[in-house]
Amino acid sequence: MGNYLLRRVLYGFLVLLGVNLITFVLFFQVNSPDDMARMALGGKRVAQESVEQWKRERGYDLPLLFNSEAAGLGKVGETIFFQKSVPMFVGEFGSSDDGRNIASEIAKRAGPSLALAVPVFVLGLFLNIVLSLLLTFFRGTYLDLTGVVLCVLAMSISGLFYIIGGQYLFSKTLALVPISGYDSGVEAWRFLILPVIIGVVSGLGGGTRWYRTIFLEEINKDYVRTARAKGLSEVQVLGRHVLRNGLIPILTGSVTVIPLLFMGSLISESFFGIPGLGSYTIEAIQSQDFAIVRAMVFIGSVLYLVGLILTDIAYTIADPRVRLA
Amino acid sequence: MMPTFLLTDVLIWLLVFGVLAYARSVIKNPLARASWGLVFQSKIASASLVILLLAVIITLLDSVHLRLNSAQQSRYASPIISVLDVALGPLAYEREKSYSAPLATRALSKETMEVNGKPVRDYPRLQFGGAHLASENDKAQNLSKRAYQGALGGAVLWAFFLTALWVIRRAMAHEEQQNGIGVFKGSGAYHAVVWTLFALCVIGGVVWKWAEAYHVLGTDKVGVDVLYIALKGLRTAMLIGLLTTLLTLPVGIAMGLAAGYFRGWVDDVIQYIYTTLNSIPSVLLIAATVLMLQVALEANPEAFASSIEKADLRLFFLCAILGLTSWTGLARLMRGEVLKMREQDYILAARASGVSSAKILFSHLLPNLMHLVLIAMVMDFSGLVLAEAVLSYVGVGVDPSTFSYGTMINAARLELSREPVVWWSLAAAFVFMLLLVLSANLFADAVRDAFDPRARQLKQSLVRV
Repeated sequence: MGNYLLRRVLYGFLVLLGVNLITFVLFFQVNSPDDMARMALGGKRVAQESVEQWKRERGYDLPLLFNSEAAGLGKVGETIFFQKSVPMFVGEFGSSDDGRNIASEIAKRAGPSLALAVPVFVLGLFLNIVLSLLLTFFRGTYLDLTGVVLCVLAMSISGLFYIIGGQYLFSKTLALVPISGYDSGVEAWRFLILPVIIGVVSGLGGGTRWYRTIFLEEINKDYVRTARAKGLSEVQVLGRHVLRNGLIPILTGSVTVIPLLFMGSLISESFFGIPGLGSYTIEAIQSQDFAIVRAMVFIGSVLYLVGLILTDIAYTIADPRVRLA
Repeated sequence: MMPTFLLTDVLIWLLVFGVLAYARSVIKNPLARASWGLVFQSKIASASLVILLLAVIITLLDSVHLRLNSAQQSRYASPIISVLDVALGPLAYEREKSYSAPLATRALSKETMEVNGKPVRDYPRLQFGGAHLASENDKAQNLSKRAYQGALGGAVLWAFFLTALWVIRRAMAHEEQQNGIGVFKGSGAYHAVVWTLFALCVIGGVVWKWAEAYHVLGTDKVGVDVLYIALKGLRTAMLIGLLTTLLTLPVGIAMGLAAGYFRGWVDDVIQYIYTTLNSIPSVLLIAATVLMLQVALEANPEAFASSIEKADLRLFFLCAILGLTSWTGLARLMRGEVLKMREQDYILAARASGVSSAKILFSHLLPNLMHLVLIAMVMDFSGLVLAEAVLSYVGVGVDPSTFSYGTMINAARLELSREPVVWWSLAAAFVFMLLLVLSANLFADAVRDAFDPRARQLKQSLVRV
């Protein structure tokens, strides 16, 4: 297994290299740094000197892939591609357009992101499993049908409506919780409770319906028939046998997203003014801060790859039949 | 008026012809016909299809553009209008000054006006909404009269549809007897279609009659009718849902087939590509690509004759970019199936008798995988429509001048914090999106249930023991 994981990690590096190449092509090849400078400085009528200065300040004044003027290793090293992608592997993301260090900003914002994303994830998983198990218990009845229809209905509503509606109802009309903002320490709960509830509710439809399918697939298997044959009640069959086996695909599937919880929730964070990584990303996109977007792309891929490896490990733990080789 | 073709118009019409060609092949193929027959036996799916077809018709009307000469242009804001704009008449060009509530006769905010030589602060009458009324007290009476006329007109239209349906059914009944496969047979699906049509006709009739003299859903900040915006937004939503899949399919199919069939280094390379693309959080990849596109569009403003063409190109690129991140799912699915299928006897037999790889791929494997493609296509649609709203909210969606539900929702954030609250834009976006996405989801479910053997098995486990 150690061998397998090592290979996966190496493959991960290869993928990250690809990610860097993609972002590089996107950010520097499709548009020259001059275009970006003009865009950032505003309009066509920007003096060439200020464009040059903008590029120099950000280190964009080097050749793209190959520096023919430098000597030795500098031919590859003193290029935008090398200078901008290699430091990322050791957590150096440079500074944003407003001059702040991106790495420290990310470290600072990961906390609030997790404070929102982890409760949403855990509560959502729990509620989805409970509800889908209930639907499985009442399968084929009108209750099940109603439940599924409600799930589809809930899935068909854009997440934006949950946020806007919830914020309007609970914060503005009923004034139960503050509209937006954040507080340090334990006091943050007042700001977090509504986004957490909305996050859970908006995921309920899709999740419950999906897990219901997983449980229903189990329900016709032989071991379930055996359990029934030995006289277990339906509750016991579902709660003990079907749940445990159904949990394997659910949990292993969920492991993939755990690392991505660090990225925070893009939309809800910016709506509720939570200073996490999600709102950071949105602000960067809206202010067209390319350095931050590139850093977030890189971190997102790293977390995704970590999630993939964790999923593999989770499979071996959850299902002894699976061996990694 | 000269007809003019925008890029997305051409593509959407190509798609229509593609669907028609597919429908022809379904009619010829008894197996596909049987599966589609199952879809049309579902009440919910048939009703959803009626709503989706209405959305398609509106989209297609909105996808035939006309270029106006300067004399005709004065009314409209842009030199290029669509057939839908012409059909909607005053709705497309009547502008109020700013917000007004649904069916209102007066604006939402007070203005200083001159009445009998004295300045008075009051809510001004609208230029279009209820302008024909001599006295505003007649509004309720006028509305109910129009509602009555509209409902009656709708009912007549419905009767017309009913006759058409009846004729089609008669023609099909003959066919059914021959091969025992029937559409709408004995499941109440026919009635679902009939009553959905009835509801649409009557509601449509009433709204149409009202819209001739009022802003049924109010107006937005710059005084544009919200009903008009919502109808125009339909095209954006449909295009994003349909064009993206159109652009995704060839790539997803080709990559999936190649990876599964050739295995070895081809498989490695393709897997590497989609792992890399997948590893970038999709919103970020889309955002990064759109940002770069924006820079490119900014840098070459002279390439576009009008702002509408620029917005159209941006819409096209948005579809392409969304496709870039969504082909991977289909490719992975296809790869997995091909890996299993290539070991089956009929493929081995084909290979042993010297059939070329291309022929095996496209005439032996692909037809047996088309159900997966179909399922993926209908299942993706609603997700893409929802994604557009989020992307436009983030600021990397459609051009701000394009009507879309995302831009409506985006504007609604500020409108909700106004006093009095402007809720109608958000409500309109909510209702239109919900109807579209819900019917797409329900229809997709029925398609999956009919075509996916796994889903069919699942149905059996619903039987309680």
